[in-house]
Parts: sequence; structure tokens; C-alpha cells
Amino acid sequence: MVSEQTIWSLLKRIPDPEIPVISIVDLGVVRKVKFYDTELHIEITPTYSGCPALQMMQDEIEKTLEKKGISKYKINTVLRPAWTTDWMSIEAKKKLKKFGIAPPEKNIICPQCNSRDVEVISQFGSTACKALYKCNACLEPFDYFKCI
Amino acid sequence: MTDALFTYVLRLADDSLILSQRLSAWCYNGPFLEEDIALTNIALDYLGRANSLYEYASSIDKKLRTPDDLAFKRNTNEFYNCLLVEQPNGHFGDTIARQFMMDAFYVTLFSFLKNSSDENISAIAEKSIKETVYHLRHSSKWVVRLGDGTKESHHKISHSFNNLWKYTGELFVNDSVNEDLKKKEVCVCLKDVENKWISIISEVLTEANIKINDKSKMSYGGRIGNHSQDFKQLLDEMQCLQRTYPDAKW
Repeated sequence: MVSEQTIWSLLKRIPDPEIPVISIVDLGVVRKVKFYDTELHIEITPTYSGCPALQMMQDEIEKTLEKKGISKYKINTVLRPAWTTDWMSIEAKKKLKKFGIAPPEKNIICPQCNSRDVEVISQFGSTACKALYKCNACLEPFDYFKCI
Repeated sequence: MTDALFTYVLRLADDSLILSQRLSAWCYNGPFLEEDIALTNIALDYLGRANSLYEYASSIDKKLRTPDDLAFKRNTNEFYNCLLVEQPNGHFGDTIARQFMMDAFYVTLFSFLKNSSDENISAIAEKSIKETVYHLRHSSKWVVRLGDGTKESHHKISHSFNNLWKYTGELFVNDSVNEDLKKKEVCVCLKDVENKWISIISEVLTEANIKINDKSKMSYGGRIGNHSQDFKQLLDEMQCLQRTYPDAKW
């Protein structure tokens, strides 16, 4: 039988549909992987209430499981505890920065030139989880992953 | 208990859905690109919240309706949203005034409902409050910027607040639904919510130099299904597809 550990590593290969450099596990969306007898239970949680990517994530999980030959599973969406950017791994934050998105940290640093001289353009950005900033040193605009 | 609970959850859900529908109409019509994105992002959060609430309502519905049935197949008099959320978008200042008052209401209400004895309501409140605090920051900034801005912007947004003020009384009416649930600690006394709400509103309006001097009588009715003509139009548009092609899916 497939172990829970194997399931975790399979899920770790599923990219976030909106930010493909990080996986849904890195993002902290997958909360639980557990076998009850032969039935696999997976719990996922939305980043934001209206996150349109959640359904895609669920579809991807189903595809991955079926490819592995697992047919007895349940995927539940849970709201509590509410998702927080604190669950994002350090590794994921590094990948975000490399991708050009300032990671969710109190001190916002320009992902292009590392300057701290940045200012907000809009509190809402291209996706629910990001805000739009600009760097006053290199003058480039960039996305900032909001801390929540 | 179940009837009161069902009605209560629907009230919360309908507020979110209708406000979201109103905000969505700003898509491609925002005063500038970033603000267009902001308003539609907020609409999306409210829509997501409405979805969670309808799922819960559906699970305790005696008529076994699905979340989509609840959103798209009920008639005007079966919607229990407050009158404030259904008010037309008007100009940007009108939308911001309405949004600010609703954001402040939900930040306050959810800070109480986080401790609700009902597991589902408290989980949704805990999730939503994080988003709504962020929305409130956005709408408060605009209220101050417009109120304390040019002569024209000040005049316009002062007018927006005074126009909408008569719809705020309804937010804080304790009726049999609330009284019933309050005993079980599912919900809270709306007078407590009102006190906190007033303090948020007053602080921002003072900073924005906006005075409420409207003396109109408060309007009530939304919470028991009595809505405006504008609401009927909103519903016609929102439900048009499901009414024409029942159960159509993407």
C-alpha cells in the first residue's frame, strides 16, 4: 500500500495554478493526508474565500491520485484554522523571490534589486493574495504576496 | 432553532452575494485600472464568503436546496439581505460609502461571531475577518481621501453618506431570529455590534471631515424580504441565466 509520505511527495509536485514555481504543499493549502483503513482522506483549505484556484487544485489532486491508482479517496475543504502565510515554507519564499514576487514578510524587499525603498501602488494586485508595489531604487513595479 | 439558524445564515449569505454582485459591476468601469482590480478583488472575497455560507445553509435546509438553488432560484421576497447592500452603485463615492459602512459592520460582527457556539459560523467568521479587515483599510482610506480632498469630492461623498444613512438602522435590529439564537450563543446582541460600529465610523468620518446630518426616518424591510425596485432589477440580471436555462453548468 502507498504510504502517507508518498502521497505528500506526490502532492508536492502539483504546482499552484497561479504561481507555478511553488507547489500546493509549499503554499500550505494541503492540511492533512491520512489513510482511514484503505480510504485516503485529504484536507485542503482556501488561501482566500473566493480563491478561484481551489477547484483547479482539487482537480489536480484527483488526477494525481488516479494516476497512482488510488480510487478510494475523499477531498474535503476545511476553513479552520484559517490559512495564513505563516504556513508557507522558507523554500517556497525563496522560490517566490526568484520568480519576481516579494514573499510575505514584514520587511518588503524589491525582488529585482533588493532595495528596501519600496512603496505600495495598490493594496490589490493580479490575484487575491497579492498587492502591487513599486521599487523607488530600480523603478520596477512588482507583486508582493500579502501577509495574512 | 433550525428555522432561525437557517434564516440567520441566509441573511449573512445574501448580504455577501448581493454586495458582491453590485461590486462586480465595477469590472471594466473602475476609475482607474488598480481600483478596478481592487473592487473586483473585494467582490471575489464576498462571493467566496457567500459560497461558504450557502453551503452551510443548504446543509440545514428543510427543502434540501443546493447552494446554487439558494442563490439563483429564490424570489425577491425570499432574500434577506439588508437594504444597504442592494443600493445602486451610483458614482465611485456612493460605492465607497456603502462599502465602508458594510466593511465596518462585518469587521465588527465577525469579531463577535468568531466565538459563536456554532462551529460553521465561527469558522467562516474567523476566515472572513482577515479579509474584511483588509477591505476596511482600503475603503477607510478612500473615505478620508475623498472627504478631505477637493471641494467637489468632499461635497459628493458627504452627500453619499447622508443619502445612505437611512439604511444603516436595519443592520442593528434584534428580532425573533436573533433573540432565539442569542440564547444559544450562536449570535450576539446587535446593539453591542452597533456601539463598536459607531466608534469605527465616527473615527474615520471625523478624519474625513464628513458630517451626518440626515434626519430621514430609518428604512427597514430587507431582513424580512421587503426590497426595493432596484433589487428586483439586480436579481433579474443575476438570475437570468439559471432562470432561462435551469441547472446550466459551465
